[in-house]
Amino acid sequence: MNSAMFIQHLLNSLTLGSLYALIAIGYTMVYGILRLINFAHSEIFMLGAYFVFWGVTLFSLPWPLAMLLSVVFTAGLGILVDRVAYRPLRDAPRISALISAIGVSFFLQNVAIVFFQAIPRAVYRPAWLENPIILGEVRLLPLTLFVPALSLLLMLGLVYVVYRTKTGLGMRAISKDIETSYLMGVPVNRIIAITFGIGSALAAASGIMWALRYPQLQPIMGGIPGFKAFIAAVFGGIGSIQGAVIGGLVLGFIEIMTVAFFPDLAGYRDAFAFILLIAILLYKPTGLLGARQEDKV
Amino acid sequence: MHRSTAISLNVLAVAALGLFLWWAEGALDGYKIQILNLIAVNIILALSLNLIYGFTGLFSLGHAGFMAIGAYVCSILILSPAQKEMLFILGEALPLVQEAHAPFLVAVAAGGLAAALAGLLVGLPLLKLGDDYLGIATLGFAEIVRVIANNIPRVTNGALGFKGIPDYANLWWNYGWCVFTLFVVVRLLSSNTGNVFKAIRDDEIAAKAMGVNVFRHKLLSFTIGSFFAGVGGALLASLLTTIDPKMFLFTLTFNVLMIVVTGGLGSITGSVLAGVGITVLLEWLRFVENPVSLGGFELPGIPGMRMVIFSLALICIILFRREGLMGMREITWSGLGGLFARKGGR
Repeated sequence: MNSAMFIQHLLNSLTLGSLYALIAIGYTMVYGILRLINFAHSEIFMLGAYFVFWGVTLFSLPWPLAMLLSVVFTAGLGILVDRVAYRPLRDAPRISALISAIGVSFFLQNVAIVFFQAIPRAVYRPAWLENPIILGEVRLLPLTLFVPALSLLLMLGLVYVVYRTKTGLGMRAISKDIETSYLMGVPVNRIIAITFGIGSALAAASGIMWALRYPQLQPIMGGIPGFKAFIAAVFGGIGSIQGAVIGGLVLGFIEIMTVAFFPDLAGYRDAFAFILLIAILLYKPTGLLGARQEDKV
Repeated sequence: MHRSTAISLNVLAVAALGLFLWWAEGALDGYKIQILNLIAVNIILALSLNLIYGFTGLFSLGHAGFMAIGAYVCSILILSPAQKEMLFILGEALPLVQEAHAPFLVAVAAGGLAAALAGLLVGLPLLKLGDDYLGIATLGFAEIVRVIANNIPRVTNGALGFKGIPDYANLWWNYGWCVFTLFVVVRLLSSNTGNVFKAIRDDEIAAKAMGVNVFRHKLLSFTIGSFFAGVGGALLASLLTTIDPKMFLFTLTFNVLMIVVTGGLGSITGSVLAGVGITVLLEWLRFVENPVSLGGFELPGIPGMRMVIFSLALICIILFRREGLMGMREITWSGLGGLFARKGGR
């Protein structure tokens, strides 16, 4: 393997990793606040991608507008899911909300099958994303640079919201102690809704870029990336945004490099992520940057 | 109610079931018999998940994985060597796989035992995890099983799977295993061990403080549950006569979870009733996916609609009736007797 190819793989893993990271942020934010694995998140990712191509092909919207609308719609959908399926279960045992989340995930996936049909659809890319950039021996799709750059921008925006605004303060307060936050006058339900909105918007952004990068749409496309992003979130330490980003990048790197260096193992690539997950859960359940959770008696 | 009366009533109930099956075998068409068979398999699967989750409180989402193991082991054992020679086109079967052959009873039991062994090995590390982490890890296990099945063509025939598995799983076998599962689960749960399971479910720390070996009991429940999941998978393989890795997606676990939650977590009779109800409902809902003609208009079928309704139903149950059909209650003989006695008294 020469250095040009290595750089190519490195950039590819950066792209894949930042896509995972964007999804992982949604998982980690919701888990940090509600201790809920939001199974429906991967379906939000899928719908974000579908909405754009719907907008472009059906309503002939220009690309940037379709993307913006899709992100807004998906954020609204995330908030709706929380309102309908999770909020009534705040005081229920945690597993009830988890079962509800599994139900929502199946529901959205099958609604997508009803509306968009189960067959995979090809995505045509806008021309400005097609012409490769040539740097010496390295040939790059513009997307390979575009995706990490946009992801970085979104993540910086998120960090600003979480650490520099009042809403962010509320999020951090709720994740420390939801009851006390409530008593201190934090508008808990509104902040949780905003969290779902932000998480879903980022998932939609990731879904759109995913569909441009791997140009195919199908209703089950969210499952595997969603799961891997969840694993990335656990790896980085669930509840920690920085952890989710690091976890996403590491997972993307491992995946691309394993397939590049050991092509024989390509068939097992999905299994590796799960083995990684189980290993982390067993040996360091709090992940790289996660805070320790003590069991309260 | 006296113990002996309850036993004789149980024997009577099994006899009535036998009589019904004998009648059904002669009188019903193949499609209806297939539904009856699916009911039995679903009850076995629901009971096994209820034992793990409803009675011991271990949130496991790995059922599809155990079913896959049971299904593959059983199929390899009942396919004849000649059939296997035809089937394995991706690569010659390993000698052990090629030669292995066993009667159906042994094959199903072997499927169950293989799943139980997997349950034991997986449970040893994973059962230290709590709640949702256990769910995710077991789900990961099920996915790993599926990926492996896809990648060892000399054992599983890869993505092509098996076709033409002998259809030994008739009403008698399925309901035989179903009654056996019911018997084992009921006996287990009414024993002291069963009480320990429930204690762990209700309050693990308190159970530990009472001197219970929590981990060992969790492992026992998980292993027994895996055994019956494997049995269910084995019967399903012979019932459907074809299996491939795609069959054992998360959807399969979802269906079983749906039955258990609907019936009531921690209710055996609930699982049985929901097993019957949901299986029939799922078949009945097929009509929304098939074209129907209404007053001369041809309405096209809507693929996927069945699962939309189904998942919506699960969300509604969790939102509005979290305890399911039966909660933790059971229908018992004395309860039924009381019902009639009160009616008679008025």
